Amino acid sequence: MKYNVLIVGVGGQGVLLASRVLGEAAMRAGHEVVMSEVHGMAQRGGSVSSVVRFGEGVMSPLIPLGGADVILGFEPVESYRSLPFARAGATIVTDTTPVPPSGVISGKETYPGIEELLGGMREAGLRVVGFEASAEAQKVGTRLAANSVLLGALCGSEALPLESSEVRSILLESVREKFRELNGRAFDAGFAIARNGP
Amino acid sequence: MRITPRSSGDASRGGPPLSEGQKGERRLLLGNEAIARACLEAGVGFASTYPGTPSSEIGLIFDEISPQYGFYFEYSTNEKVAMETAGAAAASGVRSFVFMKHVGVNVASDPMMSLGYTGVRAGMVILSADDPSLHSSQNEQDNRHYARLGNLPMLEPSTPAEAKEMALAGFELSERLGCPVFLRTTTRVNHARGLVPLGDVKAPSAKGHFDKDPQRFVPVPAFARMMRTRQIERLKLMADETEGSRFNFTEGEGDVGVIASGVAYTYAREFLNGCAFLKLGMTNPLPEKTIAQFLRGKRRVIVFEELDPLLEDAVLRIAKDANPSVEVIGKRSGHLPLAFEYNPETVASLSQLVSVKGLSNILTPAKVSLPVRPPVLCAGCPHRATFFAIRRALGGREAVVSTDIGCYTLGLNPPLGMADFLLCMGSSVGAAGGFAEVTDQKVVAFIGDSTLFHSGIPGIINAAFNRHVYLLVVLDNRTTAMTGHQPHPGTGRSGARASEPLDIEALVRGCGVRNVVSVDPYELKKTIEAAKAAFDNNELTVIIARRACPLAIKKKGGEERTRYTVNAEKCVFCRTCIGKFACPAMRIDGKVAAIDESMCIGCGACVDVCPKGAIEVAK
Repeated sequence: MKYNVLIVGVGGQGVLLASRVLGEAAMRAGHEVVMSEVHGMAQRGGSVSSVVRFGEGVMSPLIPLGGADVILGFEPVESYRSLPFARAGATIVTDTTPVPPSGVISGKETYPGIEELLGGMREAGLRVVGFEASAEAQKVGTRLAANSVLLGALCGSEALPLESSEVRSILLESVREKFRELNGRAFDAGFAIARNGP
Repeated sequence: MRITPRSSGDASRGGPPLSEGQKGERRLLLGNEAIARACLEAGVGFASTYPGTPSSEIGLIFDEISPQYGFYFEYSTNEKVAMETAGAAAASGVRSFVFMKHVGVNVASDPMMSLGYTGVRAGMVILSADDPSLHSSQNEQDNRHYARLGNLPMLEPSTPAEAKEMALAGFELSERLGCPVFLRTTTRVNHARGLVPLGDVKAPSAKGHFDKDPQRFVPVPAFARMMRTRQIERLKLMADETEGSRFNFTEGEGDVGVIASGVAYTYAREFLNGCAFLKLGMTNPLPEKTIAQFLRGKRRVIVFEELDPLLEDAVLRIAKDANPSVEVIGKRSGHLPLAFEYNPETVASLSQLVSVKGLSNILTPAKVSLPVRPPVLCAGCPHRATFFAIRRALGGREAVVSTDIGCYTLGLNPPLGMADFLLCMGSSVGAAGGFAEVTDQKVVAFIGDSTLFHSGIPGIINAAFNRHVYLLVVLDNRTTAMTGHQPHPGTGRSGARASEPLDIEALVRGCGVRNVVSVDPYELKKTIEAAKAAFDNNELTVIIARRACPLAIKKKGGEERTRYTVNAEKCVFCRTCIGKFACPAMRIDGKVAAIDESMCIGCGACVDVCPKGAIEVAK
């Protein structure tokens, strides 16, 4: 089996770190792993994406269109933008908190409704775990732990053959000691929501 | 707190230190980390670079670990200097590694061509990190041409694991042949991550001795002719190396063959069915006998390489003798594109000719109009304040804006619109002189501090020497921001080799410029006044807009920030702050402007932007 994970968001949201945690977990579980990241100019508040592929025979660092088993979205418009990469029946775990781009702030473009986005994902045949991960992160201390909430929700969704305790401990290894406890609670909150609903 | 890499170990990467780890262990490494590790395993004693995506992470790693590890590393002022310092180290018997992005090789190509004549005494590997699809570059030139132009042996990895193996083998190959080896990667190798088997780290040998031999190292015409003859003789040795190279190998059987190199190989290998493969990793010179043998008995051969048809042209030539009836599928046949990087869909496009596996139907979700999200200058970026001030100073007057390479190229986007012309690193200054001479338009050039040191200075001297009239604005944010905040001569070095920061104002005066003004772009009114004066005086003027990059300050642990707020009673919702200044921390809150506290860095530049004085320090 091969597993294709696409992680999308806005530059500066922590997409790279989340993908590294998943890649490391896949490696420790004994899988072949290939990943691809975007660095450089795109990180200045632009759309960013990162790929984690694992399983037997993975070589390509890119996911074919229609090939992603899981999309982990840090921002709802970016999640929707990535849908052509999803396979039918894929799981999408997404924060529903908008980060308005410059064109929306200046009034030149409009930001679509969240329900329209989530509805479109469901109609396309995806299993959608969409919730306000940033607000959940705020509840445990700061909105900035949204990426830990999302990783927890991804594990709670059981869309990948990765041990959630392993993902959680790799996540905590990757953060500064003084933020470990907080990120642990953020992970657990996301995990519970994916299991039991918000 | 958003998860950030921990500060111990290799802080810029997270994860365990790159210098740890034993032979046999496998690590999940970025291509660039794998290449850095190869240098440790090769005992490299000297490394140099000028930062450029997609090669920058190697420098961030070396900058951190080179002192404890005992090898020398420098951020050179540009790629040409990096090539020269590394070439001298290798001529002195010290293994050296020089790395840069593809367009950096243009800058370094002059000394590189000569190094192909003189050769080296210890292993020297030159990394060219190409950027097909222009993820962060002004072009997608195919630098494999350089290996041929310079008659340098070339290795072309497909994965991070291969990048490590080839970089390491490159030093040995360089020593066997006595010339530098060209290691050519692409973004999808440098920024891919994969399992990399580690070898043992070797103690670096950072001191050598230069044994004089002018016939070898001074290419005056008489000696250079001898060097040229030796270079031609070396080609024969290179041909033997490539025919026997373990990086050129065949897999599978059948009368349909695939010849592939670089990351393109991974797409073809994973998604094509029932083909024989010739995977080429040493691609200059090409293993012509191996290729001829592969072509024999084939009905059809697909050449799968990104960018220019270098392999394909060689295959077409070799096929004339080896197998004239073979059908060669590639770019020349019109089946595959010349432009941009390949991906699994490129393989899928061949499904009429060959069996493709593992590709599925693409979902067609309901069409929703999605707003675009281009990269933008950060909240509080001093460049935005400078651009706004220059625009204000111009008033309604038209100006040609000659810009340069760095974060400030993003000034292109509306509403700032501060970019009309750009060629390459340092071009803003030289080009401004051309515009100033042949047009009656006002001319403004922008250049960053690191870019100024890289290649802007000859342009300034030229402008003073030839009395060009324009305004040059040095956007001095005290770092090399775009590529990850590397130091440069204007910041000085820290640590054991601490050096004094170079004074840009004195430097520019020394180039012969008489009108030089330094401003703080956060002081908007003063900056506007300085620019107005420059536009009125009809002389070459340099404004140095100095203010440290807020991202760099944030990385170091931040400063106390002042809180600003919009006084809703004074705000008349004219949208100047949102529509003309466009700081990403500005928001619309009902019928007034507002400041997003989570994004605002408290620079205060917007205070003078507001015509009603509605932006105030929060109480």
